[in-house]
Amino acid sequence: MSVATGASAAVEPAKSGRPTAWRLLTQNRVATFGLVLLGAIVIVAIAAPILPLSDPAVTDLAHRLRPPFTAGHILGTDQVGRDILSRLVWGTRLSLAVGVTAAFAAAAIGSMIGLVAAFYGGLADTLLMRGVDMLMAFPYLLLALAIVAALGPGLFNAMLAIIIVNIPFFARGVRGGTLSIVHADFMAAARLSGLSDWRIVTSELLPNVLPGIVIGVSTTIGWMILETAGLSFLGLGAQPPQADLGGMLGEGRNLVQVAPHVATIPGLVILALAIGVNLVGDGLRDALDPKLKSGGLARVHAQTAAAARGERQKLLTLPGEEARLPIAVRGLETHFAIGREIYLAVNGVSFAVRPGESLGLVGESGSGKTVTALSIAGLVATPPGRIVGGEILHHGEDLVGAPLSRLQTIRGGRIAYVFQDPQTTLNPLIPVGEQIAESIRRHQGLGRAEAMRRAIGIMDSVRIADAASRARSYPHELSGGQRQRIGVAMALANDPEVIIADEPTTALDVTTQAQVLTLLNDLRRARGAALVFISHDFGVIAEVCDNVHVMYGGRIVESGKVADVLARPMHPYTQRLLACVPKLGQPNRQILPIEGLPPAANALPAGCAFAPRCDLAESRCRTGAIALAEVGEERFVRCIRVSAT
Amino acid sequence: MGLYILRRCAMMAPVLFGVTIIVFLVISLVPGDPAKAILGTFATPENVAQVRHDLGLDQSLPVQYLIWIAHVLRGDLGRSYILHKPVLDEVLERLGPTLLLAGTALVLASVVGVLLGVAAAVRQNAWQDKIITIIVLIGISTPSFWLGILMIFWFGVRLAWLPVGGMREMFGGGGLLDTLRHLVLPACVLAAVAGAVLVRLTRGAMLEILRQDYVRTARAKGLSERRVIYRHAFRNAIVGIIPVIGLEAGYVLGGAVYIETVFQWPGVGRMLVSAISTRDILLVQGGVLIVAAAYVVLNLLADIVQSLLDPRIRQA
Repeated sequence: MSVATGASAAVEPAKSGRPTAWRLLTQNRVATFGLVLLGAIVIVAIAAPILPLSDPAVTDLAHRLRPPFTAGHILGTDQVGRDILSRLVWGTRLSLAVGVTAAFAAAAIGSMIGLVAAFYGGLADTLLMRGVDMLMAFPYLLLALAIVAALGPGLFNAMLAIIIVNIPFFARGVRGGTLSIVHADFMAAARLSGLSDWRIVTSELLPNVLPGIVIGVSTTIGWMILETAGLSFLGLGAQPPQADLGGMLGEGRNLVQVAPHVATIPGLVILALAIGVNLVGDGLRDALDPKLKSGGLARVHAQTAAAARGERQKLLTLPGEEARLPIAVRGLETHFAIGREIYLAVNGVSFAVRPGESLGLVGESGSGKTVTALSIAGLVATPPGRIVGGEILHHGEDLVGAPLSRLQTIRGGRIAYVFQDPQTTLNPLIPVGEQIAESIRRHQGLGRAEAMRRAIGIMDSVRIADAASRARSYPHELSGGQRQRIGVAMALANDPEVIIADEPTTALDVTTQAQVLTLLNDLRRARGAALVFISHDFGVIAEVCDNVHVMYGGRIVESGKVADVLARPMHPYTQRLLACVPKLGQPNRQILPIEGLPPAANALPAGCAFAPRCDLAESRCRTGAIALAEVGEERFVRCIRVSAT
Repeated sequence: MGLYILRRCAMMAPVLFGVTIIVFLVISLVPGDPAKAILGTFATPENVAQVRHDLGLDQSLPVQYLIWIAHVLRGDLGRSYILHKPVLDEVLERLGPTLLLAGTALVLASVVGVLLGVAAAVRQNAWQDKIITIIVLIGISTPSFWLGILMIFWFGVRLAWLPVGGMREMFGGGGLLDTLRHLVLPACVLAAVAGAVLVRLTRGAMLEILRQDYVRTARAKGLSERRVIYRHAFRNAIVGIIPVIGLEAGYVLGGAVYIETVFQWPGVGRMLVSAISTRDILLVQGGVLIVAAAYVVLNLLADIVQSLLDPRIRQA
């Protein structure tokens, strides 16, 4: 289990740790409201015996169907003169008890079935889960009705029926959850240490699937209360004179014309109860499910959020030559706000792309190169991303915070992207030809047929054999290399000025990598497009790029002509990075990995971000900001040692 | 494509087989002697023996099942001891109204639910989203039978806009318009809860999909948000939603029991409730079996529709 903590150390908030589920729950205002509502109902129900209520069973035919707010009967009386308030409190007590019991029983039995099925697998799994499947083939309530029909009406039988029909839900969920961990390392360790199956299930498995079970109970308990009430409403649950909320509703149903309150009031209580349960359940799920935490399911906006122009530009000089370039990034700062932490992904990056130039951005994962690339066309996901500083000039026009419609004209038209993993970046439900044609239609205003004809032409030029028929294929029908050729075709479709390729070949195997790379570079050169090429691989950069910027900790630490940087790396990080690259023909060359991890973007050190991993670091490296110093023609280094000499 | 449908149909057979086993088992769990339960306390031993023989109760359980399933396959679900007519006739007569009610509710719930879900996702955290979220919360927390009673009270009694029940026969007497007038309230009530569940699901699915890489690709191509959301995101979301609509069919078929009772709708659900109280076990058995079979078929349809939309499933 310690494996997980090590890997995520860079991302996890350093100090505070994870807030407890309870704190998350009570911080959620809506869930707190549910908790209070539910708590109030539960307390009243528990306190029923000691509350000053009249006997719920005493009839008084002389005072039947009294409306609410009658003296002595705040909520009126029912058809035989019983006090509705008293019956309501006792009925709530009964409904709650039945609902909660049913939920826990179904959870216990279902979870046990799921655990056993997943733990033992094989025949046990097959038999148990086929049984569960059979139960699931029924409409939920109908199965409950059949069971009640067999056992006979009555509250206990109704509860039994509700339990049985809910078992499959838990069995399936828990089986799924268990399967995902049953092969984990710590499970193997537990088995090897000779623990009994029972001990392994209860001490290793159960704690891991418990949050899922808790979520399951909290989200189904509301249903169970509603369904048992429903069976009672139909006359199949609680039998008179005993009444739960559903039974009261059933009795009041026929009086709706003369005394609507008899049916309305118990319904309102069921509604309140269910709302309370559902709110708490949702809150609990949000608190326990890490994916839903920190706005993990927030809608991604069409454009990266940006600070106002004035706020972003405070430190910059006026653009000179940069105003004429296809792309000039000046002092870009892109941050992510996750929970209360701010991650400084891009931290003042400046570079320019000249027409037809091929520019490399190189660095480890987490160095900010992808975020830099995505910032250019406002494609960084917001939330949580936000451009807080700098500007991105496209022929002098600031793209940061530009109107979305303007950005949409530039995206895919003037500036096109090739993304990393063609498996996930192509829409699985649309034929690839159409995905290319769509972009052509958008930017060239062509008709459907003409756009498709051009798309096929471009597919031809990226050397997809039999392009016309391949255009009708779906992404999953193509190989990885073919898919990325589609990605390249999509980027070339509208003859953009700049192509931004973000690790375009990383997901491909080595031979395909080389082919796609050459293709991309040849075609963009033939069309005169500039290339911004992002990679963690210096070897690939060396092949494709004229100039290179080395990024670390969200900053550029060194830049220059590729040949210069390769021949004479000046920043210690670049030197170490190059030492990691194996060279052909030098089998004995020692490969030196860089010790340690890149700094967490929410806890960047003062001064040089690389200092903690640098052999040459001095105390000066850890104090003030270090400038990117010009050390030669188009050669820049951000290191105290270099700028001093 | 045809192959997928064939294979999927073949997969239906074991499911239907499982359904018959469960129905059979549940009913044979009836405590006590069903023959006595049917005949009442004053039955003569000869009568009981006769009924036991009629029901095949003098055989072992597997043999009983085989006899029963053989009859079922020939369309013989036995006779209702209370109504004195074949179970199949009675159930089929009432299946139409139930399917009309449940089908209308399902279509209503799907269309409105999915639309509201998309709207909520696209306007996440805006007032529209908040209002939809509150409506959904009330929707999933409201007992449908209570909502039905309230509707009857307001629209039937207070405002007297619509009939409150009393539809005896579908297409009997009043014609199509009359049927529709009777259908509006119960269908809306039945759709409310199922629709609320679908709103939640759709909203979640849309938010999830709007984070996918291919949505970013669509945006990187410069497509309008409208196109990104409806052509790229929604299409992918709906593929995951359709099987759930199939599952919701089970909810509306079950929920129809309440609604039919409240609105006195002449469907299978109401028949089941009264059959349970009169201990008309064979009628319950037949009704549950037929509706469960309808549910299995609806799920099959949902899977086929899903495969039409998703090429990966067709070719798997």
